[in-house]
Amino acid sequence: MTHQAHDNSYVSYLDYKGKHSGIWAWLLSTDHKRIGLMYLTGIMLFFVAGMSLGFVMKTEMLSRGETLVDAQTYNALFTLHGVIMIFLVIIPGIPAAFGNFFLPIQIGAKDVSFPRLNLFSFWLYMAGGVVALSSLFLQGGPIDTGWTFYVPYSLRTNTNVSLALLAAFLLGFSSILTGLNFITTVHRLRAPGMGFFRMPLFIWALYSTAWIQVIATPVIGITIVLVIVERLFSIGIFDPALGGDPILFQHLFWIYSHPAVYIMILPAMGVVSEIIPTFAKRTIFGYKAIAFSSLAIAFIGYFVWAHHMFTSGMSDLARIIFSLFTFLVAIPSGVKVFNWVATLYKGSIEPRVPFLFVMMFIFLFSIGGLTGLVLGNLATNIHTHGTYFVVAHFHYVMFGGTVIILFGALHYWFPKMFGRMYNEKVATVSVILIFIGFNGLYFTMFILGYMGMPRRYWDYLPEYQLLHTISAIGAYILIAGILLMLHNLWKALRKGPKAVQNPWGGVTLEWTVPSPPPLENFDEIPIITHGPYEFPEAKGVK
Amino acid sequence: MFTGPSTYASEVDSIMLFIVASSVALLLIITVVMIYFVFRYNKKRNPVAENIEGNTPLEILWIAIPTVLVMFMFYYGYVAFADIRAVPANSLKVKVLARMWSYSYEYENGKQSDTLFLPNGRATKLDLISADVNHGFFVPAFRIKEDVIAGKINYLVLNPKELGSFDIACSEYCGLNHSLMYSKLVVIPDADFKKWLSDMPKDTIKIAGK
Ligand code: HEM
Ligand SMILES: [Cu+2]
Repeated sequence: MTHQAHDNSYVSYLDYKGKHSGIWAWLLSTDHKRIGLMYLTGIMLFFVAGMSLGFVMKTEMLSRGETLVDAQTYNALFTLHGVIMIFLVIIPGIPAAFGNFFLPIQIGAKDVSFPRLNLFSFWLYMAGGVVALSSLFLQGGPIDTGWTFYVPYSLRTNTNVSLALLAAFLLGFSSILTGLNFITTVHRLRAPGMGFFRMPLFIWALYSTAWIQVIATPVIGITIVLVIVERLFSIGIFDPALGGDPILFQHLFWIYSHPAVYIMILPAMGVVSEIIPTFAKRTIFGYKAIAFSSLAIAFIGYFVWAHHMFTSGMSDLARIIFSLFTFLVAIPSGVKVFNWVATLYKGSIEPRVPFLFVMMFIFLFSIGGLTGLVLGNLATNIHTHGTYFVVAHFHYVMFGGTVIILFGALHYWFPKMFGRMYNEKVATVSVILIFIGFNGLYFTMFILGYMGMPRRYWDYLPEYQLLHTISAIGAYILIAGILLMLHNLWKALRKGPKAVQNPWGGVTLEWTVPSPPPLENFDEIPIITHGPYEFPEAKGVK
Repeated sequence: MFTGPSTYASEVDSIMLFIVASSVALLLIITVVMIYFVFRYNKKRNPVAENIEGNTPLEILWIAIPTVLVMFMFYYGYVAFADIRAVPANSLKVKVLARMWSYSYEYENGKQSDTLFLPNGRATKLDLISADVNHGFFVPAFRIKEDVIAGKINYLVLNPKELGSFDIACSEYCGLNHSLMYSKLVVIPDADFKKWLSDMPKDTIKIAGK
């Protein structure tokens, strides 16, 4: 790391000299900002790896039969792609990277409550990544179960399931510890005067997310241990041949993995609630509605897991109840979207790059949410379950929602984190490419799914040819856009012009400290006297 | 409004249309309003923002309307779904045997077949049986599917009202040749079906009787 000092009057977190030097100054650092940055690096590297696997899959699907890889390889590809994207990219995602970096700063603290535990979480994340990667090369070969690890197939296959599960277990622990740390930090370290309702909404979102991480993740931990034990000792918990119950596995899996989708999306919603006021230069519309809808989503989100199992042969009553709750959980998400759009009303809007990402998010996430209604409805679910419709739906939500905002957050906070600015024109071009490519890639999948194309298929019938071709072209455009975006940021990192302290005119606390911030953020802990989004120049400020 | 190979299939399509139409309307409202605001309240046109912290009647309205809308969606789905779970008294019974990576079918008289022949205009209850891992019995044209779970017998009711040949796919990932696990449903007139069913090749009888 060869960053020169950006300002002579202070030493930034990138430059200070601690006990260790070289790479150890990072790997052993308990500074929440360095840890956040290391997570960000890991997450982006894994994202590029997952994206490359996506590229190979789409190329395989360009034509029928074997185009590039055989069926076994394709099965390993979508499994690895799913495992990487879920467990190594979007579950840690925004909380681990931007939460670590900005949670303490936004509440006026010097660090999180347990900095060493925080570092330990990062090590667990790395360990999980290493174990996951090693499962590719060790005997048995890459797993081919799909990221859901459904039994009995995951008990039968000879691939390295136990090792991949161990990786997920480690990553789960990392997630729980980060959650604990954030909850404690929010409760204990807010600056004087910052009541709960003066916290930025990003903090509300991280706080709600942290509770889900702490409460739901142990369930997947236990489930993973049970599958490993079953594989090793054939005890008969899940394996029907031994008197076990495969449906039990599905329940346990989704009791975690459904709340986990809120672990993925809530932090992104928090970032959106930050970016919109900054570029509209007015306070957020319905602060409390947004804050409480995060909690509502976190809570109701526990009671909808079995909507992933409408075709698994559950009792009809269970299917009806879970369908009802699924429709209910849609409401708070809808409320948030309405509040965001209403925040633009009578604003003074400057649609710069982070804001463009937010507009793209609102469009794509709305499509993801609305197609969720098709999947919540019992009749249409039965038809679309297990098809490309679902693949399209979750990419719109997880990619169009969370990952687009991960990119948006990166562009929003980049000048703060690195003290440098990127080229906004190039960034705008990449936004447009990503938008076009994304819809080409995934919108076609809704149609394919409704036509009856099942997911996790290496081959397909001739009637699906045209749509698969369009989808692959969309993928190429999307990937070109992402590479352009990354290239632009990389260039900015190395020789971008220096960024000022507050390039967007934001009013939350991170804009009151230098770019990049010093080691303990604040010389003097600020005293908070008003809500988070009060722009002094706006009309009607109390 | 739609014509599908079964009444249920047309019902599903109508519900789909209802959801998609409401969704497109909502999406358009959100997008158009958003883009309009970005132009109308652009910094150049509106240099000074106004702080508006909320508007309770408006917020109640936009909670209430979607709630009513989604309750309708829930209700329609529930009614249609209840329909396919009810097994009519005189229905035919067929066993669906799924294994890695093919389907076969066994009729009440023991006749076995690789193709699912069914009579037109009569309900059939399909018992779904797996020999190994989970599969998913999926007939896209009929908008119908149910998982075939190892160690558990699920069922499905099929009620064709149109002659023809339809694809059957596997919709639950089952390993290497999951994408090749296709089979056919052929709906034939009731009289032909009766003839086909009683016409047993010798070896089939042997297998069934063993
Ligand atoms: C970057 C471009 C991407 C491309 C081209 C892509 C493409 C694909 C394709 C072709 C499939 C498999 C479809 C099938 O055969 O069933 C898939 C599955 C999946 N994708 Fe992506 N994807 C991309 C990004 C993402 C992102 C950002 C996420 C999450 C954050 C994600 C999460 C998943 C998951 C969870 C699966 C399911 C895997 C499974 O079936 O087990 N993908 N993707
Ligand atoms: Cu199968």
